[in-house]
Amino acid sequence: MLENIRLSLQGLWSHKMRSFLTMLGIIIGIAAIIAIVSTIKGTNEQIKENLIGAGDNTVNIQFYQGDYPYEIDYNGIPDGVPVISEETKESLLDLKHVEGASLYTSREAYNVVYYKNTGLSGGRIYGVDRNYLDTCNYIIKKGRGFTESDYKNFRKVALLDESSAETLFQGEEPIGKTLEIQREPFIVIGVIAKSSQFEPVINTIEEYYDYSQNNNGALYVPDTTWPILYSYDEPQSAVLKLDSVDNMTVAGRSAAEILNSKINVQDDTMKYKADDLLKKAEDIQKLGQSTNMMLIWIAGISLLVGGIGVMNIMLVSVTERTQEIGLKKAIGARKGKVLGQFLTEAAVLTSLGGLVGVIVGIVLAEVISRVTGTLMAISVPAAVLAVVFSMFIGILFGLLPSYKAANLNPIEALRHE
Amino acid sequence: MILDLQNIYKDYQQDKLVVPVLKDVSFQVEEGEYVAIMGPSGSGKTTLMNIIGCLDRPTSGNYLLAGEDVLKCKDKEMSDLRLRSIGFVFQSFHLLARQTALDNVALPLSYAGIKKKERKERAAQALERVGLGDRMTFKPTQLSGGQKQRVAIARAMVNNPKILLADEPTGALDSKSGEQIMDLFRQLNDEGVTVVMITHDRNIASKAKRVIHIIDGMITEEGNSQLNVMVPMEEGNPQPNVMVPAEEEPQANSMVVGELGKEAENE
Repeated sequence: MLENIRLSLQGLWSHKMRSFLTMLGIIIGIAAIIAIVSTIKGTNEQIKENLIGAGDNTVNIQFYQGDYPYEIDYNGIPDGVPVISEETKESLLDLKHVEGASLYTSREAYNVVYYKNTGLSGGRIYGVDRNYLDTCNYIIKKGRGFTESDYKNFRKVALLDESSAETLFQGEEPIGKTLEIQREPFIVIGVIAKSSQFEPVINTIEEYYDYSQNNNGALYVPDTTWPILYSYDEPQSAVLKLDSVDNMTVAGRSAAEILNSKINVQDDTMKYKADDLLKKAEDIQKLGQSTNMMLIWIAGISLLVGGIGVMNIMLVSVTERTQEIGLKKAIGARKGKVLGQFLTEAAVLTSLGGLVGVIVGIVLAEVISRVTGTLMAISVPAAVLAVVFSMFIGILFGLLPSYKAANLNPIEALRHE
Repeated sequence: MILDLQNIYKDYQQDKLVVPVLKDVSFQVEEGEYVAIMGPSGSGKTTLMNIIGCLDRPTSGNYLLAGEDVLKCKDKEMSDLRLRSIGFVFQSFHLLARQTALDNVALPLSYAGIKKKERKERAAQALERVGLGDRMTFKPTQLSGGQKQRVAIARAMVNNPKILLADEPTGALDSKSGEQIMDLFRQLNDEGVTVVMITHDRNIASKAKRVIHIIDGMITEEGNSQLNVMVPMEEGNPQPNVMVPAEEEPQANSMVVGELGKEAENE
């Protein structure tokens, strides 16, 4: 076999130009497929990244009614949804892949929060537990965070995110100022931000709808003070910090199951659900799939054409080497040997083409990515598959010429001029 | 007995016409013999060679090669028979142009499934045997005609075949190289190799120890070559020991010897 490969390479090398031109069809086909696949994979990863955010491995489990989070502002407190106990929280922490868990309640902040005459026109207000900031990877940008004594003493203190600080104070120093929340005075003690800022890459209006985050600002108060504003028995949400993005779906589901086992509601569309961003990403990725498949098919046609080119040149090669084949058969080469020799040659030719095609494809994808500013990601399985597939093309289209060679009559073949 | 051909008939189908080429050919060759099968073109000697060489099957008859019934063999077995039992030497050498003399000689061994190292060793030995120990890495284009034919003979010998089957082995050579090749055959035969040679050339045939004449698909006479040389030929050639008649296909040795000597130097 190795001998055959060595001889094939020798043979191909002795017809450099012809071999290259024959390979070109395969090279173009494989390069196109690799470029398309790399771009698709890049786009898909961009989608995932846009939704999930870089390095923020958190998943929210919220109380839902049907397909939307339960709207407590309009519907009031639901029956049969108990406050989540410490034991339940512990069992969330015991789940696989979960590194941290926090509970919070939240409401819309519209018409609720004011500083002097400036109000928040959107955004949300959160009542958070003691390790919420840790769990969600927040850092203190200014001032301080909540302390144990804030919680214990029901202190009316609030944290702002940068957006709400900007909206409410418009450049003024917020720390130490008093806000009005639900007509209750709260002192601003700090401004927080996500530890890793992440801006989704948005190129189209569709992408804007998919990824743009609620930037209307958020306010945080200790959950012990929440009953001052609203009620203590509102349905809570949980947020989990995971070891990896890929475990979001599994961990989120298990957590939702645990929470759902504690509730007892009449309406069975009302239950805890995890925000399955991975699934959402997949859904968005699926939208482009049919177009992508079509592109791959079109590139596949050029592979077919390339394969026909290989068949053609192999037929020429068989004719050219009729005497050689005749000799080999005369001195005792079995049909299988001759068949193997030519099949190997065809396979070596197309595999080489495939290999070059992969390299050209990667370069092409890189260029596309630079020009359009989208991500590209090399898929190793796709590259391996491409080479294997081009080898398969060689064998497929080499079959006819090889079969022809193997079945030559040695007497006539030797006499061939 | 190495070759045992009995009542061999071979017909060719030409459109609707059946052309008989071999008509009741029977002869035997013992181990260690040096036989020339001689006949003009169209006599059926090439067809006979193809049958002896297991490249073709007779229409009817019996053929035993070293005791093996060739006609019962399937294609694959015929291939193996050629590999093991027959060493072909062709008029036009049929060497692989891109490979060295050593690789050319080693080729049959690769079909016999012999390991690479042993192949090289045996090929080298075979080249030594034909006197080309110093040309092993040469490619055919770098060799003269006579040397090419020696490589071809080494290739034919390398797998220790039962017979060496040579088809006009000097046909493409100048007379000097041709003589050397004939000497080599004689030497190999002296070493115990059975040689069967097909030729139209009376001169060449006379080098064999036994000549089988074939004309119009029939064996006309058989006997000691020395004897045959003395007998005037049926073709009416007054000088049996001289060159081939002009109606024969143009062969290198039908040219004038003096000219050829020059050509050999040029090569």
